[in-house]
Amino acid sequence: MVETILEMRDITKTFPGVVALNHVNLSVKAGEIHAIVGENGAGKSTLMKVLSGVYPHDSYTGEIVFNGQVQAFGDIADSEHLGIIIIHQELALVPQLSIAENIFLGNEQSNNGVIDWAATHAKTKQLLKKVGLKESPSTLITDIGVGKQQLVEIAKALSKEVKLLILDEPTASLNETDSDALLELLLELQREGITSILISHKLNEISKVADSITVIRDGAAIETMDCSDGPIPEDRVIQRMVGREMSDRYPRRTPNIGETVFEVKNWQVYHPVHPDRLLIKGIDLNVRKGEIVGIAGLMGAGRTELAMSVFGKAYGKHISGEVRLHGEAVDVGTVRKAIRHGIAYVTEDRKALGLILHDDIKRNISLPNLGRVSKSSVIDEGQEFSVAKDFREKLKIRCSSVRQQVMNLSGGNQQKVVLSKWLFSQPEVLILDEPTRGVDVGAKYEIYTIISQLASEGKCVLMISSEMPELLGMCDRIYVMNEGSMVGEFSAAEASQENIMGAIVRAGSH
Amino acid sequence: MSNETAVLPPVAEKKKYTGFLRKNIREYAMFLSLIVIMVFFQIKTDGTLMMPLNLTNLILQNSYIVIMALAMLLVIVAGHIDLSVGSVAGFIGALAAVLMVQHNVPVVVATVICLVAGAIIGAAQGYFVAYTKIPSFIVTLAGMLVFKGLTLALLDGQSIGPFPEIFQKLSSGFIPDVFNHETLRLTSLLIGFIVALVLFSMSVRQRLAHTRQEMEEEPAAFFWLKNVLFAGIMVYFSFKLSEYKGLPNVLIIMSLLIVLYNFVTNRTTVGRRIYALGGNEKATRLSGINTSRLTFYTFINMGVLAALAGLVFAARLNTATPKAGLGFELDVIAACFIGGASASGGVGKVMGAVIGAFIMGVMNNGMSILGIGIDYQQVIKGLVLLAAVWVDVYYKNK
Ligand SMILES: Nc1ncnc2c1ncn2[C@@H]1O[C@H](COP(=O)(O)OP(=O)(O)OP(=O)(O)O)[C@@H](O)[C@H]1O
Ligand SMILES: [Mg+2]
Repeated sequence: MVETILEMRDITKTFPGVVALNHVNLSVKAGEIHAIVGENGAGKSTLMKVLSGVYPHDSYTGEIVFNGQVQAFGDIADSEHLGIIIIHQELALVPQLSIAENIFLGNEQSNNGVIDWAATHAKTKQLLKKVGLKESPSTLITDIGVGKQQLVEIAKALSKEVKLLILDEPTASLNETDSDALLELLLELQREGITSILISHKLNEISKVADSITVIRDGAAIETMDCSDGPIPEDRVIQRMVGREMSDRYPRRTPNIGETVFEVKNWQVYHPVHPDRLLIKGIDLNVRKGEIVGIAGLMGAGRTELAMSVFGKAYGKHISGEVRLHGEAVDVGTVRKAIRHGIAYVTEDRKALGLILHDDIKRNISLPNLGRVSKSSVIDEGQEFSVAKDFREKLKIRCSSVRQQVMNLSGGNQQKVVLSKWLFSQPEVLILDEPTRGVDVGAKYEIYTIISQLASEGKCVLMISSEMPELLGMCDRIYVMNEGSMVGEFSAAEASQENIMGAIVRAGSH
Repeated sequence: MSNETAVLPPVAEKKKYTGFLRKNIREYAMFLSLIVIMVFFQIKTDGTLMMPLNLTNLILQNSYIVIMALAMLLVIVAGHIDLSVGSVAGFIGALAAVLMVQHNVPVVVATVICLVAGAIIGAAQGYFVAYTKIPSFIVTLAGMLVFKGLTLALLDGQSIGPFPEIFQKLSSGFIPDVFNHETLRLTSLLIGFIVALVLFSMSVRQRLAHTRQEMEEEPAAFFWLKNVLFAGIMVYFSFKLSEYKGLPNVLIIMSLLIVLYNFVTNRTTVGRRIYALGGNEKATRLSGINTSRLTFYTFINMGVLAALAGLVFAARLNTATPKAGLGFELDVIAACFIGGASASGGVGKVMGAVIGAFIMGVMNNGMSILGIGIDYQQVIKGLVLLAAVWVDVYYKNK
């Protein structure tokens, strides 16, 4: 009989106007990897915040039993003290500090208040090795990508005496290789006796590592499934999550592809801080009318840099090359000009670059195209409101009203707001950077449907994604990018996971 | 994916009230505090506070702070600060004196020159903030020193005055009375009454429109209470002022500006963009908004209103002194923060800043009448500022 390390009993948590958790029970066995799945806004993150003391014990009802004792956490320090460490959906690293400083922040290696840098660095090196990072401990967080930051977060958790590790969508921003490494790491930690709770929307990962799966829907725990007698079919999990059958993951579409509309020629971009580093090394690409084109690649391949530099030179220095629309070179020197030419870019970093967090949903949606909801610079609030309501319905944004601050939305719903915002700008060329990051299966399907609809309306879609199945399922053509160059191009028929990885590996070995 | 997604369990009527109140507590609290403070001093000063003469003075004394607070609010919402406004106001007052008194430049021409000078000063500071990305705190700290010094240089350490009579009217003039009534300026009372009525009916119209579009959130009881109270206060004040000399000219200027800035911040695209800029500059830039230019404009705007305030102040004193404008920036910034603006940008309301300015003004005035020394007045004002922001933060964390 395996002992239970954690019991959450009858947890109810409300926010003004929202019941986020409704009498939830959760029981986690010692040493297992326990997955939690559910739609966006189902209450997964909230449940974990309750558990880790982010929401103190008097802000919810119900009880938490950890290690056989009823716990009343007043703050995160209380739960960390018992070895419950949470890695939040939104990374919590200080960008201007180094990896080592971040890992030991609040837990500094010191003698009488004087930091022992030698010990700090030595320990950091060990931890980094464990999570598979080759960076130097003194690298600044801003200088590494989100994927690596995620690994630093785990290293930070490991630096404490962790018994129960909570990971809220740790692989959302990782590509497959890195996700696999992370999952491998979780299994390794499991062998060392660490219990984990893993929240993810990527069901294939969950079936790889989870020992049990708890499904949360609309703030209630629907079922806990035991995986010890063989893996649970994904369809069954999805069915429990969304409350109905889902036959397809991708909408069926018959591509109707026309002439070339959007072209990028010999595009070169230098690093914004180190102007002698060439990041994008002369790239050519094109998208035809009604076509969905994907860009595959590993983390750091330069896909986001490419997209952002094309979008009004929002990234990089000494940009050269040409952007053409309908065969004519256009000036995309500023974001405004790019938007005016019908280009839109949906960022991968919604919090920092996509949203005004303390503004409400409707204001965020109307921002890039205020002209459309105003007459001679005076905003028609009624129109703005109804536009927002339309998007809320179309994309099924879960919120109490379109006046809700986006700060208080769940991650996936924030993503839908960013998407709405750019759909509202009525682009002809839509560049999507990880459009379904952190989005649940049901909502993904909705987003895919919207993307295919845009394509069938004759728009051009350029889709950057680290989820290979998504590219293969959606795109008519896939470019492969590696270290700032295009290293492959496959039509939908030719493309396969192996082909794409092969192109990357071949390019790397040159 | 459940299809009925966003539908929430029906909220009880009562919960709607408390929910709304919690979300908007700040605004009501501000308005109520101002009333409470006024009633308090009214009682404590045995009715002196609301005497027509004193009320007139109260408005004259605060007009230049309110005028600057309007522009400062935009600067703060955009995520910046301007420490130089006091010095700039003083400098412009000195410039006006030199032009009008020493060089006999016609009043209108001199006024225009002064406002343009304010715009240029704002543009200069705005340039460094917006385009060279030097923090506004540093740029305007430098500006504060520069213009304090230039004021001294311009005036040669002396006071210059008096101003031409027509210029004095800017601050000490009143709306002329066409009825020639003995004890009551009927024109002023009428204007006050009409304006109250217009504002009231505008609110009602807006509410009706919002209700039609199902986007109204404010419970009816709150709406009527607030608006009736507001209109009532306006009529009451006009009545009081009419018992003295009527509505001061500067009150008219100030009111027009308040209405204008309220409109700009709430309803126009420029206003909306400034809020977005302060909320998240990068996201705003990626939404196709020229954030640098927008920042630049908010500083120009600040310069112009600081100049206007400088003129109003000079006209009121009827001389330009090297000490004019000293410490104004503190009152102006405090007014914005008391009024609920956030130091990190993106949050703040014009009406909040105006009420904030009057809370400070009433306290200044009331405490002076009570004979509290300037020393303790400052202590109390400082504590009020801290308390207001503390309440803010407290409710935000709740
Ligand atoms: N601070 C808050 N104020 C108001 N509502 C909130 C707050 N935090 C969360 N909510 C609401 O609670 C619900 C649950 O949110 P939660 O973040 O737990 O979802 P989630 O299951 O983690 O979703 P996702 O997969 O998108 O991350 C959502 O409807 C959200 O809008
Ligand atoms: Mg979440």
